[in-house]
Amino acid sequence: MISGVIETRALTKRYGAQTAVDRLDLTVPPGSVFGFLGPNGSGKTTTIRMLMGLIEPTSGSAHLLGHRMPRATPTVLPHVGALIEGPALYGFLSGRDNLLRYDAADPTADPRTRRTRVAAALDRVGLSSAAAKKAKAYSLGMKQRLGLAAALLQPRRLLVLDEPTNGLDPQGMREIRTLVRELADDGTTVFLSSHLLDEIEQVCTHAAVMARGRLITQGTVAELAASTRGRLTVTTPDPADAARVLKDHGVSDLTVTADRVTGDPPPTDLTDLAELNAALVRAEVRVRGFGLERASLEDVFVELTGEGFDVAG
Amino acid sequence: MSQAEQTPTTDPTPTHPTPTHPTTATHRRLWTLGLFRSELRVTLRRWRTLALLGVLAVLPVLIGIAVKIETSDGGSAGPGEGGGSGEGPAFFGQITNNGLFLVFAALAATLPFFLPMAVGVIAGDGIAGEASAGTLRYLLVAPAGRTRLLLAKYASTLVFCVIATVTVAASALATGALLFPLGDLTTISGTQISFSEALLRALLIALAVAASLVGLAALGVFVSTLTNSGIAAMATTVGLLITVQIIGSIPQLDAVHPYLFSQHWLSFADLLRDPVHYDDLIANLRLQGLYAAVFGAAAWARFTTKDISA
Ligand SMILES: Nc1ncnc2c1ncn2[C@@H]1O[C@H](COP(=O)(O)OP(=O)(O)O)[C@@H](O)[C@H]1O
Ligand SMILES: [Mg+2]
Repeated sequence: MISGVIETRALTKRYGAQTAVDRLDLTVPPGSVFGFLGPNGSGKTTTIRMLMGLIEPTSGSAHLLGHRMPRATPTVLPHVGALIEGPALYGFLSGRDNLLRYDAADPTADPRTRRTRVAAALDRVGLSSAAAKKAKAYSLGMKQRLGLAAALLQPRRLLVLDEPTNGLDPQGMREIRTLVRELADDGTTVFLSSHLLDEIEQVCTHAAVMARGRLITQGTVAELAASTRGRLTVTTPDPADAARVLKDHGVSDLTVTADRVTGDPPPTDLTDLAELNAALVRAEVRVRGFGLERASLEDVFVELTGEGFDVAG
Repeated sequence: MSQAEQTPTTDPTPTHPTPTHPTTATHRRLWTLGLFRSELRVTLRRWRTLALLGVLAVLPVLIGIAVKIETSDGGSAGPGEGGGSGEGPAFFGQITNNGLFLVFAALAATLPFFLPMAVGVIAGDGIAGEASAGTLRYLLVAPAGRTRLLLAKYASTLVFCVIATVTVAASALATGALLFPLGDLTTISGTQISFSEALLRALLIALAVAASLVGLAALGVFVSTLTNSGIAAMATTVGLLITVQIIGSIPQLDAVHPYLFSQHWLSFADLLRDPVHYDDLIANLRLQGLYAAVFGAAAWARFTTKDISA
């Protein structure tokens, strides 16, 4: 039974000896903002290309809105808006004419409402005033927004956005994220790939983590963070003493900085933390702050893969 | 009336995003001509297309001026006197008597290379140009449909064949009318036809020339599905054109000549005979049709199964 908006079973793509996507089982629940997280080269774009019927899987299956891809391309894709590996535009056409062109490519798009829908999409991404400008004169952020506008030419049930903030400045990133949240609030399921952990944490309800073509884990962002225990952090003017006491009480992987000691708490439940704090006080360690920092997706990734996450890309 | 009002309004598309079957209404206008029209508009707005058409428009003017200058000394214009006699029709000799001959001369001069080169550039750029710009993936997820997109590309290339040929013919007609007298026309067979009849023949000739490019257009679109580089596809198609023209000019290779798309290109001159000789004209159309079928099918087979990773 297909229950997800996107559902893949053992989806695999090989390029010669290299396996770009390896037996991927993905389930994207309806209404979610689903983060598809992985470092560069982990197979995100390849997965998206298979979902959109652009490339044929080597094996396995992909369902979009309940239909098998790439077979169902003509019936399913009018309900799906997509941004794949950055925007691609006709530089010699104006922003508006680019959208008219893409809309004409969709055989289900009503030509009578084309101009109004194009104007609405331009308005939605804040490009109305630049609509008559040639696309080659657009900044990267404007191109990205025009690409998003093309994905919004029709009411969509699913938006597939491949690294939509790639190459943007912080202001541009914020704008795109705000837009994604608005779209999600309208009830559109959003599938968002990114190599930026904080991006996924900020906008997504669910996430899947990829590494080297394999799915590492998937679930709600809260579940994923909860599955990894946070780090114990002690702020103190006596970091050396604090570290010694913590170590004696089973805190592992300690790091000591000027006035902070962090480490993995002992593998028992939270009541032990009170004991730890008491022990510090008994040893006359002056404690300014004591607490458990919530795990981030980065912690999840590092814990599951044993690798650092190349945030810079 | 009241019945219509009672009809429950059921929306086949659920507004909440559950994975149900997309409405079959999406099939309705599957084969609209919207993409073809858009394709044509985009092609004609490219700087490259306009440059090619500009060159094609200027060539007849240059030919006309050259003939005018040469004959103003009182000399006769080259060995083409009596046009159509001997190897290939040149028509140059008659231009001074009748400007309409500039149309035939210009088409005869541009058909071996300039016209097919322009068509090769447009056809070769078709799919490969979209791939290298990255716009191909967005057209396909629109979803344009691979067969529909290929047909739109081929159809717009064919329209370009007509536009390019008409550009040469119209420029030649205007130049001929400005520089030389117009009037009744002496056919290759030596008979006399009225000016209006001659204009009709000129139109038919332009169409025959455009039809001569159908095979090359299909070849170019096929090449265009093989690569993700627009430049490579254009260069390959024009390279094939030159190769075919060279092979066609080597008598020792006459065994393959019947299969070259350019074999019957000069048959358009038969429309200037009285009565018209149709054999070679029909042979040309059949050969072009064969090329269109073979390379059209190959392009379709390739493009509909291709991984789009550009
Ligand atoms: N067309 C292709 N041919 C060969 N290898 C490819 C191709 N496309 C992607 N790859 C390889 O597959 C892997 C996954 O790439 P990709 O899906 O683009 O990763 P991501 O989008 O997560 O950065 C990479 O190692 C890449 O080199
Ligand atoms: Mg990518």
